[in-house]
Amino acid sequence: MRYLPLTEADRSAMLDVVGANSVDDLFAHVSREHYLTAPIEGLPPHANEMAVERHMSALAAKNLSAGEAPFFLGAGAYRHHIPASVDHLIQRGEFLTSYTPYQPEIAQGTLQVLFEFQTQVARLFGCAVANASMYDGSTACWEAIAMAGRLTRRDCVLLSNGLHPHYVSVAKTMGRFNGDTVVYAEPTLTPETDFAALADAVDGDTGCVVVQYPDILGRIGDMTALAEACHAAGALLVAVVTEPVALGALKSPGEMGADIVVGEGQALGVGLQFGGPYLGLFAIRDAKHVRQMPGRLCGETVDAEGKRGFVLTLSTREQHIRREKATSNICTNSGLCALAFSIHLTLLGEKGLRALAAENHRLACLAADRLAKVPSVEVLNEAFFNEFTIVVPGDARQLVRDVADKGVLAGVSLGRLYPDGDRRENGLVVAVTETVTEEDIATLASALEEALA
Amino acid sequence: MPRYFTDEHEWIDVSGETATIGITDYAQGQLGDIVFVEVPAAGAQLAKGKEAAVVESVKAASDVFAPVSGIVTEGNSALEDDPALVNTAPESDGWFFKLTIADEGELEGLMDEAKYKDFVASL
Repeated sequence: MRYLPLTEADRSAMLDVVGANSVDDLFAHVSREHYLTAPIEGLPPHANEMAVERHMSALAAKNLSAGEAPFFLGAGAYRHHIPASVDHLIQRGEFLTSYTPYQPEIAQGTLQVLFEFQTQVARLFGCAVANASMYDGSTACWEAIAMAGRLTRRDCVLLSNGLHPHYVSVAKTMGRFNGDTVVYAEPTLTPETDFAALADAVDGDTGCVVVQYPDILGRIGDMTALAEACHAAGALLVAVVTEPVALGALKSPGEMGADIVVGEGQALGVGLQFGGPYLGLFAIRDAKHVRQMPGRLCGETVDAEGKRGFVLTLSTREQHIRREKATSNICTNSGLCALAFSIHLTLLGEKGLRALAAENHRLACLAADRLAKVPSVEVLNEAFFNEFTIVVPGDARQLVRDVADKGVLAGVSLGRLYPDGDRRENGLVVAVTETVTEEDIATLASALEEALA
Repeated sequence: MPRYFTDEHEWIDVSGETATIGITDYAQGQLGDIVFVEVPAAGAQLAKGKEAAVVESVKAASDVFAPVSGIVTEGNSALEDDPALVNTAPESDGWFFKLTIADEGELEGLMDEAKYKDFVASL
């Protein structure tokens, strides 16, 4: 294979195949008015570096960032305290090898970390096997749907209304090219999950049902009966966890019968980092399905002298061997984020994770009780972990803006999550982690009282 | 019962409308120790020359193709627990799947045992 850029002849050959005349034709769906054909109007003339820096700093200072204000945003990305030792340890020289080594067994340290990461994810999710990670929660979710399709040879997918809408978009986009029939409706502001309705909807055509736990509104459902209904119909249950800290307090999806458990690992060790890079978690309850699992998998073995060692195993599922028939086109993992997740979880230990979860829940309960006392505000949830939905009069999106002007980041409005729906504009999802203080809760409550008065 | 061979190293035993299909002794020797076999489920509709099963050895993963079109009546479930049957008994107990032949005309052009022997010798 040549590692050279495309030639003009390559380009025209490719354009011929897709029936386009020029590269610009590929962007025909972008309307002409959005094309940049001239300098952007209104920009000042060239300035020196120092002046540009001063100008940009002034613009940046208008931002209200997570660490500067009482912060209640969640909805799939959570701010937790990451011990300084995590950052120190992930930068040690021992971990500076290529993150997916092409001669993997030479990097025993990297493989040992991946093996321990997999063990942690499997235990957290109540599963038999976990892989070495995916790109993020939403792609892990779709990979689970695709895996279920391979196992059941059915292409009908039922998505719970509590699944994160961004995950829903990814599933729909990929489903369009995979020939999946994706059944989904946006949630209504009810305290119950739709697990019972999903159990009724499962039939002989259903390949898998996808639920989120806790879901986008912070609701927590018992998926045991749903898992049984899926299995009776020959379908698989996929559970999505966007806040893994919750599993320090809640029964794991694997224990409730979910067949594939996927999630977003950002909450542990990774940080918010402007929305990425994040960490996809992927595990399966029954090891017999391992050959249909996507992604890299690290295994433990012994070397010629009988000493413990680690290998990348079952690679025949993967793209470098199976080519286009591989289980997935992922041929890497989120190595650095997985390392940070694993170190953070190791530093916490089981006791630490349970204590962290308990503290999150304690503060969330305090916040829910306090916000319920704000006139004309209602708490939707009957059960929640560290995130719940409140119903406010009027458009929550505007309320969030008003409160942000007062220096409080109140939550994620449902109007932002579901821009096309109008019935949910009163909903505001509020997340409360250990980084929130009791004073922050009081500040939020009075800011809301003031804004709603 | 007549046995035919393909140039992809599958064998096919024909008994009336039913055919049993596996991979040849030569094929298993080339693949080495077989660690996993994925066979089609009963009811699967197969087309001649298209992928029907997957066989994985310590060296490679290979597709097994349907020598003729038809509907699968049974996959060999014994291979799930003991894929090495393909190494020890490739042309008997290590069969992959059975199907109901859709068009007997498709058997024409397949090799008989003598021709297949010559074909392997020429490789």
